[in-house]
Amino acid sequence: MPAEQTNPKPKLKLAIYWGSACGGCCVSVLDTHETLLDIVAAADPVFWPIALDIKYKDVEQMPDKSIDLTLFNGAVRNSENKHIAQLLRQKTKILVAYGSCAYMGGIPGLANFFGKEDIFNRAYIESESTNNPDHVFPATKYTVKEGVLEIPEFFNDVLPLNKVVDVDYYIPGCPPQSERLIEVFTAIVSGAELPPPGSVVGANDKTNCEECKRKKSDNKTIDRFYRPWEIQDDKETCFLEQGVICMGPATRGGCGVRCVEGNSPCRGCYGPPPGSEDPGAKMMSAIGTMINADKPEEIDKIIESIVDPAGLFYRFSLPGSILGRKVL
Amino acid sequence: MNFRPSIVAFLCNWCAYTGADLAGTSRLHYAPNIRIIRVMCSGRIEPTFVLKAFQKGADGVIICGCHPGDCHYQEGNYKCLRRFKLLHKYTQQMGIEKDRLRLEWISASEGKQFAELVNDMTKTLLSMGPSKVKSSLEVEHLNN
Repeated sequence: MPAEQTNPKPKLKLAIYWGSACGGCCVSVLDTHETLLDIVAAADPVFWPIALDIKYKDVEQMPDKSIDLTLFNGAVRNSENKHIAQLLRQKTKILVAYGSCAYMGGIPGLANFFGKEDIFNRAYIESESTNNPDHVFPATKYTVKEGVLEIPEFFNDVLPLNKVVDVDYYIPGCPPQSERLIEVFTAIVSGAELPPPGSVVGANDKTNCEECKRKKSDNKTIDRFYRPWEIQDDKETCFLEQGVICMGPATRGGCGVRCVEGNSPCRGCYGPPPGSEDPGAKMMSAIGTMINADKPEEIDKIIESIVDPAGLFYRFSLPGSILGRKVL
Repeated sequence: MNFRPSIVAFLCNWCAYTGADLAGTSRLHYAPNIRIIRVMCSGRIEPTFVLKAFQKGADGVIICGCHPGDCHYQEGNYKCLRRFKLLHKYTQQMGIEKDRLRLEWISASEGKQFAELVNDMTKTLLSMGPSKVKSSLEVEHLNN
């Protein structure tokens, strides 16, 4: 178009979409505060369900690769998420998996401890507030006199975005820190050379422990694990040395160690550090060596105090982990 | 169809692998279902190795190291034991049956025990049937 040709720096087209998400990632974009004005000065949001009334059919009519940057947050849980993921991949030059859910499955990914049948039974039959004597479940198609109503199909598994479409970059975090988003966005707008596709951006290359200011010693031995409420935190010693499981050693830095700064152990939302694809395996490796016992029965006793290793170590990453889901 | 279990075994260089070697040089007959991966020490075996084996379709995984007190590197096998216990709790939570993952100590002179271990594990897996880890990951893609 001639108008764009005369403009020395055309504005980027930006799309932000939520799949199976809580909305926090979209809010993290708003949390850029006044920088948001710079973002919209450099990029026009063309699709952003939380903020703009743009319909799916409008996106379908956009030319292929006409959107410069898409931040896809949320996991893929149903056929609607999958459809929009595929549609945005087709329309977008740079597709970013934004936030823990799109990256590795996130909190919704914990549903992979169950299957669709378990979840439907719990939600539509067993839950305390449900009265459903006829055992009616959601149907993807339902005929009424005005026509056929359709709702998306609920999948058996929660999937990270990269199991459905090719992803260019990953920005981890639950939600990603807004400062990191600004850095990445500024790099893209400035036309700087971008890292190779498939990279994790907006995060560090080292673990959270590298940045953590708590006092650490080399000799980490644990006689018993505590849940955070079982112990009085001294606010200065490494959580692990106090016996509280902190995901720091198995988590990529970049968040600014915010949870630990707030006296809460790291829960691992930034995913595994470089060179490690499975945060839980990395954590088991690290913790296993700290257990202060040699006899099998003593080791068992200490491990008993880790009540739910799978849920704890894979809180944000179950669908993106090696096993991916519970075997049913 | 005849089910032939596949077992991935991680053996330490100094005791367990030498023990397995002895089983061979002693011409002991044992089940051919095992695929041996030699590592320098059982303390080298990361949980990732075991999880990957299951992901790629192993029906069972065996970890073998030196007997407690005999580790070539002083205490690698204790580290292995602690990790194994934690990993075993995790794999059971993930629906992988307990008997699919085993840790045994095999010394360099225990060729016979190694052969018996492989036979025993093969028998156990034959009665349990194939592991469902790989197929559950495949079904995930087909369904969705």
